[in-house]
Amino acid sequence: MSMGSDMYRQQILDHYRNPRNNGELGDATFSHEGYNPSCGDELEFDVKLEGDGETIERVAFRGDGCAISQASASMLSQKLPGMTLAEVKELDRDDVLDMLGVEVTPMRIKCAVLSEKVVQDGAKIYEGEADVDQTSTEDDD
Amino acid sequence: MEATEQEPLDVESIRADFPILDREVGDGAPLVYLDNAATTQTPEQVIDVFSEYYRGYNANVHRGIHQLSQEASIAYEEAHDRLAEFIGADGREEVVFTKNTTESINLVAYAWGLNELGEGDAVVLSEMEHHSSFVTWQQIAERTGAEVRYIRVDDDGYLDMDHAAELIDEDAAMVSVVHASNVLGTVTPMRELADLAHDNDALILGDGAQSVPNRPVDVTDLDVDFYVFSGHKMAGPTGIGCLYGKQEVLEDMEPFLYGGDMIRRVTFEETTWNDLPWKYEAGTPLIAQGIGLAAAADYLDDVGMDAIQAHEERLTEYAYERLDEFDDVEIYGPPADDRGAVVAFNVDGIHAHDLASILNDHGVAIRAGDHCTQPLHQKLDIAASVRASFYFYNTMAEVDALVDSLDAARDIFG
Repeated sequence: MSMGSDMYRQQILDHYRNPRNNGELGDATFSHEGYNPSCGDELEFDVKLEGDGETIERVAFRGDGCAISQASASMLSQKLPGMTLAEVKELDRDDVLDMLGVEVTPMRIKCAVLSEKVVQDGAKIYEGEADVDQTSTEDDD
Repeated sequence: MEATEQEPLDVESIRADFPILDREVGDGAPLVYLDNAATTQTPEQVIDVFSEYYRGYNANVHRGIHQLSQEASIAYEEAHDRLAEFIGADGREEVVFTKNTTESINLVAYAWGLNELGEGDAVVLSEMEHHSSFVTWQQIAERTGAEVRYIRVDDDGYLDMDHAAELIDEDAAMVSVVHASNVLGTVTPMRELADLAHDNDALILGDGAQSVPNRPVDVTDLDVDFYVFSGHKMAGPTGIGCLYGKQEVLEDMEPFLYGGDMIRRVTFEETTWNDLPWKYEAGTPLIAQGIGLAAAADYLDDVGMDAIQAHEERLTEYAYERLDEFDDVEIYGPPADDRGAVVAFNVDGIHAHDLASILNDHGVAIRAGDHCTQPLHQKLDIAASVRASFYFYNTMAEVDALVDSLDAARDIFG
């Protein structure tokens, strides 16, 4: 079996079927949503910061889309608590692909990185560094 | 229907003209190319004409006195005659070469729409327009103050013609409707729409991107004012498309792009325009591509457009019926025996992009996404769909490969 099906390892399918931290936070410090036009994936993240105003305490997300985008969001939601916004903004594509632990085919990279981009844009907007209504994977970093 | 039933075309010998169909993808899976509504493959005969041009008589057209330029100019001009003949136009004056269907629609939108539309005018589209038409007219309407109206698509994927008759009223200035939907496969009653438009002094543009490649089209019978299509969806090269326009309409219209070759006389004070169709072909045109497109028209006529349509209808009907056997498959659009050569569907519980990734491992190339019809997908209330689309070189066995490979996706996601 070659690359395309290799993406759908048990871990990816598990997160797709049973997304962690799926839902909303009533006390979110900020929320942000994003869209992947090439796939139609949608994600919205709520982030609650600790009292220091920079460390992530909890996150929740909701979304709709392909297995790669939704599993990526679920796995990221587990990775984020304890990270500072500065660290979140440092995340890059490779970090996300490492987190997924599968070879993502080139045409599906946008699905994989949507979650990271949504959280990063949310953090930038919260800190006044950016002003976007909705993140799109078509916009370059 | 059985896959073994005799076919109207000698597909085996046709496939020999398309070497790409023999290739493998991934870990050695034979290619099953079912993304023809996006782009079709190119036969040797067209590739040969393309390379003969570059090897033998590459030169700019309409400029040189030298022999190469003469040869290129004649071949390029005759390519317009060939395409005019292919779609039933009166002559080269009515065939403008563009980059693709999108540019053809934009040409009309800019050259006619911006100059002629205003407050109180309506542009009538359907709910299943491709973004090439949808976005273009939406933007032109916003700039001119015109209103955009959308003819309803009913639950079976057909245009609601009563609604069309309501919307195409005395305010209608342009009716721009797809002739064959790239998602639903619906074939629209273009002549009936043209009559409605003309009864109300409106012009009509037919989007033939999914019909010219697949069935005989005669623009004179359809009585459309404009008709647009792309070369790369009809066995021709990329980078070439056509705008058909009735001669009197093209004569009245302002140019779209200004520059060389589209002019007759230029002075410090003013400029006059060249004859049709060159008035709409500013700058060095798509010479090799245009000549290649004429070769594609030759190839399609040699195969026979009636036979192409008949073969594709059998493939489409067979695909529909095989897919329809499964409870977890939802197919969009009209019934099996009344559609163009596309079948868009979803498999329950598997996102279109995941399905396409897994099918790719089995060599099956299909499109997944919104197929440049986001409003239609909003209406269908789905984020995406997969689409298999056929051309005359596809076989019943390839339809079987598509249907059988769905099981691999079910195994992973089941």
